[in-house]
This record gives sequence, structure tokens and C-alpha cells, in this order.
Amino acid sequence: MGSPPKRSHYDAVVIGCGMAGLAAAIRLAMFDRSVLVVESHNAPGGLNSFYALQGRKFDVGLHAVTNFVPPGARGTPLGKLLRQLRIPREALDLSEQVSSRIAFPGVDLRFRNGFRELAESVAAAFPEEIDGFTRLRDHVAAYDPFDAGLEVRSTRSVLQAFIRSPLLTDMILCPLLYYGSARENDIDFDQFVILWRSIFEEGFGRPLEGVRVVIRALLDRARATGVERRMKCGVRHLHSDGSRITAVELEDGYTVTADRIISTAGAPETALLCGETAAPEAGPRLSFVETITVFDGQPKNFGAEETIIFFNAAPTFAYERPADPVDLRSGVICFPNNYEYGAERQLEEGFFRVTALANYAYWKGLDEATYRSEKEAWYRRMQSAATAFLPGFDWAGVEAKRRFVDMFTPRTVEKFTRHLDGAVYGSPVKTRDGTTAFGNLFLAGTDQGFLGITGAMLSGISMANRHVLAGG
Amino acid sequence: MTKEECKQVVLDIISDIAPDESLDGLKHDVRLRDQLDLDSMDFLDIVMELRKQHGIEVPEEDYPQLASLDSCAEYLTPKFNAVSA
Repeated sequence: MGSPPKRSHYDAVVIGCGMAGLAAAIRLAMFDRSVLVVESHNAPGGLNSFYALQGRKFDVGLHAVTNFVPPGARGTPLGKLLRQLRIPREALDLSEQVSSRIAFPGVDLRFRNGFRELAESVAAAFPEEIDGFTRLRDHVAAYDPFDAGLEVRSTRSVLQAFIRSPLLTDMILCPLLYYGSARENDIDFDQFVILWRSIFEEGFGRPLEGVRVVIRALLDRARATGVERRMKCGVRHLHSDGSRITAVELEDGYTVTADRIISTAGAPETALLCGETAAPEAGPRLSFVETITVFDGQPKNFGAEETIIFFNAAPTFAYERPADPVDLRSGVICFPNNYEYGAERQLEEGFFRVTALANYAYWKGLDEATYRSEKEAWYRRMQSAATAFLPGFDWAGVEAKRRFVDMFTPRTVEKFTRHLDGAVYGSPVKTRDGTTAFGNLFLAGTDQGFLGITGAMLSGISMANRHVLAGG
Repeated sequence: MTKEECKQVVLDIISDIAPDESLDGLKHDVRLRDQLDLDSMDFLDIVMELRKQHGIEVPEEDYPQLASLDSCAEYLTPKFNAVSA
């Protein structure tokens, strides 16, 4: 056993040191609540962590910080979260994307931050749909996704009233599903609204040094406010009297008590900690593989100037847990070099990332030797599927300058996050108000229903506000 | 504490929690929300800072009393004076 926690009782224990957990803890500590954050992994960040291999630093999942708005934009999620955490905007060092594309067979839609380019692109490629598309934009603008009283609706059914073309429907859905849907082939409409705004109306940004910049800003703030963190120490069991959590038993053998517990571990994962024997089955949970190719040079010198490309080669877009180990029909390409970092500021090496849907059970079941050889085989297949959508890209040239390759699978995601089945966007069923079967246990993060890095932090903030601070 | 001093306390708190807002020329009898980009999360912070810095409790049902600078002063000044008494 290491050194004991500083207290035996806390105003709040926060489970998970990712974006949501850190944000929740900072809010509570800002107002003098005693807070203990426990994290089973040794690195902070959760789903949005970082790691080093052979001296290179990698982000786990971050392609972009969504919700990018220029400094001074009012009433936006990014501004809200900076204000609530009292973190200056400069601390996040966000630079905006160059341009992105949704690439389907024979049709491209292009977008940058702000809506104009996407609207022009839709008008050019789908002139008969532009009126419906404009009405859809108005509908999204008027919709309050945080009104918990509204029923959960299928986005595909809502879109039928605005868009006739199945192709355009799929093209609109592709980036939004890839960047946040926990549901197969569809997304709850309130989450569609959040993602539409965060990606199409606002946009993509990135710190030059990646996600560690965001995590560093959060950790600095947590330290300054007096948050106590316990890393490499998960929760073994949440003890209860049937209606309330009475004690938090930690994996290192210590037990603490807390007035309230905020868990960012996920809904079924938290239920397991409370002693449920089987996680409730809420439909297939989606996970991904990602390949990272590091090369000598900048992508633009090999003909790639875009930031993110969402591609789909199939007649209809399938966003589902694939039968194959990796679904090669669609995916996401990201060139982290292609942000407007400013003169003389650039990543030293070229990065080429490809993400695709993957089959958790397949990757989980492999022995070590097969796992390694399968990773190599699917790496090659993924590069050819992706480069088919990069017509000007000199892939052979990049291969010749390749210095390093990494690839992670659903098995890696599970190891880092402890999310069941390596689920990236959590359970298909979200708990909007964060409440659980226990009166003093609340959920924040992925399974509460906000999305992306910005959404995760806002989730932690709003659950801390609602269930701890406003509650007295 | 006078009502003017009380208003200054509230303005100081707002400038802490919303450093990007300009507080010049605020009308004292108009809702803060109508003049500044403040939402319910920000009002929660005003309440939390009143408690943290000055030991003043504002129960949730009284939040509407904080709508404008004038109403803040009406509502909070007696509380400040009770705390310091």
C-alpha cells in the first residue's frame, strides 16, 4: 500500500482523471469542496490521453478539438468551459484547421470552420437539396439539445423532413457519427444538434503540441485549486446501503467515504463497481482501430494539404460494428500538421492518421503473435483504403520516408480507458441528467451524453454544478 | 456597507468570473443577462463567490433577486450588514 489518502472523508470523490473528471474536480475544488480524483491508469486524459514511443509523443485519439471559435465569440461551449474553469484561452493554444472534406464515391463536400464553405459545397453538389439543407440548419439552430424534457428521436427520421437524397443524408451523417455516435447507423437527434454545431457551425482546432496542452492546463488548474489526485489507483468497489453509496473502496486497499461520487467510468462500468454482476446489454458498443504513420517531411510536400477527410467507398454508409476485423469501407484520415499554427510553427515530422471501425471481439481474442501480425496486415489494407480518397497524395513517397508506425485497436482502447468492449463513445443509451439508482452517485463524461473534448469537460462542469454545488 | 459598495462587490465578482466582459456603462436597473453574456452557470458562480468570499448564502429560490445591479444591492446589502454585524 502507498501513502494513504489525505482524508478519510471527502465532499466528493471523482472516478476517472479524463477531461470530464478533471473538469468536475476543478469546479468543486474552486469552491472549497474537498475532492479526491482516482484514476486506474497512470496517465491522465482518459480517452484523450497521450503516450510516448521511441521518444515520439502521440495523442491517443485526438484529431481535433471541436467547437473551435475565434477569440471573442460569445455564448459558445468553448467560451463557457474556459470561463467556468477560469482557464485563459491562450492556455489551450488552439490553431484552426486548414480545410476538411467528406468524400463519397464521385462526390466531395468541403468545409472549413464556420458554415459558409459547407453550404456552398452542398449547393454545388446537390442544387435540388439546398433549400431543405438551409431549413435543416434553421431547425438545428432553434433546437435546444439540453432540454431534458424532449423525447429521444432518431436523426435519420428527423432528416427525412428536410433532405430527400439518401446520399446527402449519409454524407452529412458520416463525420458526425464518426466523431461521436455510440449508436449504430444513427444518432440521437439532440446529439446530432450538438455535433452539427461543434463541427459544421464552429469547427476544428488543435494545439501544436496536441492534447497534452489541454491536459496540462487542466492539471495546472487542478493543482492550483487543491484537487487531490490518486493515479494508478482505480475503484475496487462502491459500497452501498441500497439507496446511497456509503464507502469507496480503492484498489490500493484504502477506503474513503464521500458525500457525493461523480463517476466518469461509464454507466455499465459504474454499475459493475456497485456490484452488478453483468453489464446491461444496450446494443453493440462501437470501437475503432487507428494507424499512425510518422514520416520525414510535411504532408503538404507530398500533396496532402487538408486537415481531416471523412471517406466512404460503399454505396450506402454503414456505421456499425463490422463482421470483419476492420471495416475498410469507410474511415477518417487526419493530418495533424495541417492546422494554421502560424509562421515558423510546425510539427517536426509528418503525421498521417487513419481511423476505422473495428470488431472488438476479434482483436481481443488474438494471441500475442497473431495480434502483431494482424496489426501489420490491417495496417497495409487501411492505408490503401484511405489513400484511394487522396488523389494527389504521394503515398509511395511517404512510405519511402517513413520513420515509424503505430496502431491501436479496441484492445488498446479498453486497456487505456477500461471502457467495456473498448467502446470509444460509450453506451448507446445516455443518462442525460447524470442520476443513477443511488442518490449520491452521478455520472459524467461519455455516458452522460456530451461529446468530444469540449463536451466531456462541459459534462463534468455541469454535473458538478447541478449535483454538488447547486445542491448546497 | 452601502448599496453602492455592495454593487462594487458584485461587479468585482463578475469581472473575476467573466474577464472577457466589459463592465463599463452597465445600467443598474436593467437585467445583467440583457447587458452581458451571462448564463445560469455564471449566476451560480456569482452565488458561489458570495459564499466563498463573503460568507453570504443565497438560496436557489432567491436567484431571481440577483437579476440587476439594483436588485442585487436591495437584496444583498442587508445580508452583508448582517454578516459584519
